[in-house]
Formats: sequence, structure tokens, C-alpha cells
Amino acid sequence: MKNSNLKNIAILFRRELAGYFATPVAYVFIVIFLLLSGILTFNQAGFYERGQADLAPFFTWHPWMYLFLIPAISMRLWAEERKQGTIELLMTLPVTMGQAVVSKFLAAWAFAGIALGLTFPMWLTVNYLGEPDNGVILAGYLGSFLMAGGYLAIGASVSALTKNQVIAFVISVMLCFLFILAGFPTVLDFFSAWASPLVLDTIASFSFLTHFNDIMRGVIDARDLVFFASLIGCFLLANAIVVELKKAD
Amino acid sequence: MIEIHNLSKHFGAIRAVDGVSFKVERGTVLGFLGPNGAGKSTTMKMLTGFLHPSGGTAQVCGFDVREQPLEAKRCVGYLPEGAPLYPDMTPAAFLDFVAGIRGLSGERKRTRIAEVVAEVNLQSVMHQRIETLSKGFKRRVGLAQAILHDPQVLVLDEPTDGLDPNQKHEVRSLIRSMAKDKVIVLSTHILEEVEAVCTRVMIIARGKVVIDCTPSELASRSRWHNAVTLRVPASGAEKVAEKVRSLADVESVERLDGAGGLVSFLITPVKHRNIAAEIGARARAEGWEVDELRVEHGRLDEVFRELTLSKAS
Repeated sequence: MKNSNLKNIAILFRRELAGYFATPVAYVFIVIFLLLSGILTFNQAGFYERGQADLAPFFTWHPWMYLFLIPAISMRLWAEERKQGTIELLMTLPVTMGQAVVSKFLAAWAFAGIALGLTFPMWLTVNYLGEPDNGVILAGYLGSFLMAGGYLAIGASVSALTKNQVIAFVISVMLCFLFILAGFPTVLDFFSAWASPLVLDTIASFSFLTHFNDIMRGVIDARDLVFFASLIGCFLLANAIVVELKKAD
Repeated sequence: MIEIHNLSKHFGAIRAVDGVSFKVERGTVLGFLGPNGAGKSTTMKMLTGFLHPSGGTAQVCGFDVREQPLEAKRCVGYLPEGAPLYPDMTPAAFLDFVAGIRGLSGERKRTRIAEVVAEVNLQSVMHQRIETLSKGFKRRVGLAQAILHDPQVLVLDEPTDGLDPNQKHEVRSLIRSMAKDKVIVLSTHILEEVEAVCTRVMIIARGKVVIDCTPSELASRSRWHNAVTLRVPASGAEKVAEKVRSLADVESVERLDGAGGLVSFLITPVKHRNIAAEIGARARAEGWEVDELRVEHGRLDEVFRELTLSKAS
């Protein structure tokens, strides 16, 4: 049973991932992602001017780039299935809801991972120019990948809510924005005036920024890993429930 | 192999399917007939495990669709309404995907895909993207996908909808060729299709089964079952009509449109009695100039209208 579970996930995953590359969407996405991360790192974050051999200027922008780019990947996940009616095909094949939800998510995550991996020239550059702490850089990549997973899980469950990809995109951006905002200094300052530290910590602990910044510094804390894992878990569960409720509409 | 008991589905206050029960055995081609929105598709969606019933049970090959959904889905092949497919894939990639999910692999997968592709004539378009295919080809891809694992139960929701007459003919021959060792349930609103492929017909209206019989039984319920159409030259027409009217089992004689100097009469018998022989004999004995003499089997569209409209009011 376990075996067939994995086999189904592998087959669904392959179909889904190949789907990205069957249209220009994947290439457009990757090119824009690489261009943006280059421009933001060199022009906006002052990669050279800082005179430090690390990739902090590169990673700093990831929460903001993902805010718009990740919902662009996730918006089609379920909205497209519902619009084309293929969800009826998928759900009457002998696969479970869990297999369908997980394999779609994993395929999108792998695609985001490919885009992220293609930023390796950045790593080469910094190693050419100086002697960075590659452990910290690796942690940065890990944190960025985990954060992408969080955004994707949110986007996937929103995508199941509607047949319209544009609506899925806009709502996902808004929802992800809330998860960034929670760790924003201005927002926390606003609460710190009157809320107890416990409340403050709770709000901050829901933010992508808080956890991502921790990992980016090279500190891989179990709490940060648990945060992203449980966020992904919760939203995928919501995803399955939403698909079940809305599939027939 | 299909056993449905008191199945129902509510969408809010709407009862899409309202207490449907039936059993279907191997070798049957069951045609679901009914107006749009009658509950045909909803019943099929529950049978294939896409929708959960609001009440009642559905069993396929002995598996309850709610208790053992995977086992039930494994023995069913399903062509959803409109044959939805992934537009970015090629038929080759798509069938490979479905075959994988259906548990086929290696050599068995290759030979089975080749078999099915030959059966539905897809060879020429295997490597084109599905969105570029014509409607007929798309439908065939949908059919191929449904029969790939040689299922015991085949559920086809409007398999010939939107196809041209040649394509319809092909799909029907395919269905007939598979009928022997399977249960096939198909929905349609083309009445000739029921006569062409089904061994059993079920009319559904407002979520309920209004009739369940064979296509010929259905036709025999028609007012015109065993009626006779007689075409004679216009000159002696009235005389002939008078004589026919005097026959014992004739209920009425209706004059239809005539053309080219000929006139047709529709002769309706009393209680569907067979009057053709008698009219024929009389025609020969009295030397009528008969251009055409034809027995009507009954008009399904008329029965269909009567059954679905009368129950609606």
C-alpha cells in the first residue's frame, strides 16, 4: 500500500512538473526570477558597495520576490483543473485526495527549487570575489526554499477556491503579504506599545520574515523548521478540504 | 455488477437525484435518457466516485463507492461529460500518465496503449498537443483513457455529443464491440443512439427513474407503434383512405403532406394491433397503386416527450 502510494505520487508529480515546461510559462518565470534577483541584489541592495563576502543582499529580497512570483506558480494548480474540468478525470482515477494534493505541491515546489538553484552564478561570484562562509549561504538557500514552500502551500489552497487564476493570484498575494507583514518592524512597533510580549512574540512568530531572517543568518533552529513544516502541513490540509468541497461547482 | 439503491444527491434545496435504484448485469449497455438537468450526469458522477451521495448506496463490482472508493474506481472507466483532457499534453504523454496511474507498467503498458490507440484510431495524432486536436480526436483520446485498463464497468457521459455522423458511427461500433463482457452505462439525448447501441434504456426526469425497459418496449409505448404509412397516387387517394378506414382494427387515418402527385396516410391501429398484413392483402386484392407501405415501430421522441413532460407537471 505504501509502495503504491509513492508510485502514484511519483506519476502525478512527473505529469505536473512536465506541465510547467510544456508551455513557455516555466521559461518566462525562470528568466524573470533570475533577472529580478540580479537587479535587486546588485542595484538595490548594494552587493558591491557593502564590501562583504556574503549573499545577504541577495536573500533579503526573496520574501518580496516570492510575494509576487510564487502565487504566479501556484495559481494554476487547482484553478486550471477546475476550469478545464480535468479535476473530474483526476478524482475518478484510483488516486487519493492526499496523493493528488501532495504531488501537485511537490511539483510546484520542485519547480521553485529549480528556479532558485539557477541562481548559482551568484554563489560563484561571491566565492570568486572573496571568501564567504558557505555554510551560511547554504542555510540561506535552505531558508529561501522552505519559505517558497510556505508561500506555495498558501497559494495552492487558494487556487482550489476558484476557477479563475487571476483571482487565485490576487488572493494569494494578499494572504502571503499578511504572513510577511506580521514580522514587519512597524507592525510590531504598533503592537509593542500596548500588547504583552507574549502576544508580540506570537504575532512575530507567524511571520515569514522572522523565521527566514533567523535561518539566513546561518542559525538553523528547529523552531524555524517546525514553523515552515507545520505551515505547509496546515495549508495542504486546508487545500484537500477545499478541493473536496468545491470540486463539483 | 452495478448496484444502486435509493441513491440521492441534493445541492442545497435542489434534489438533483432523488431515490434512484437499479441493478445492471454484465453484457448490458444501459442508456440513460432524459432532459438536460434530469440527474443523468449527477448519477454517473456518484457512480464513478466523483461526488459523494447525499443518501443511498452505490456499489460497483461489489465495492461501495463510499466505503472502498479506490477499489471501486479501479474497476471503472469513465468518460466525463465533454471529455475534459489536459490541453498541454500530447495523447502519448496523457495515455502514458493514465496507464501509470491505472497500474500498468513496462511492456504491458506499451502493448496496451498501442492496442487501445489502434482501436480508437489515434495513431496519426499521438504527438500533437491535445488542444490542437479536433473534437472527434479529443473524444477518442477521452475514450482511450477510459478503456485503457480494460475496465469491467464503463461509464460514458454523452460519448457522441458534438461529433459528426461518421464519428458517431465509429464510437457506437466501438461501444457495441466492447459490450459483450462489460457493463456499459452511457447517457445521451439522441434517441436513435439508444436504438443503435443500448440493450436497456432508462428515462430519468427530475431525479427519478420514470421508465426502465428495452428500447423496443419503449418504442411500443408509442402511439404510433405498429402504425402503417401508406403512400398512394393522389388521384385515387380518397377512395383508398375510405376503404382503409372501414377495416376492423383501424382507429384513424390521417392524411399527411403529399408531393409529386402522391399522398401519404398515417394509419393508426386499435391497441397497437398489427394491421400491415391486412392492408397489404387488401391492396393486392383490389389492385391499389401502392407507392410505399411501411410499418412504424414507434417514435421514441414522442414517448420521451410524453414521459418526461407528463411527470414534470
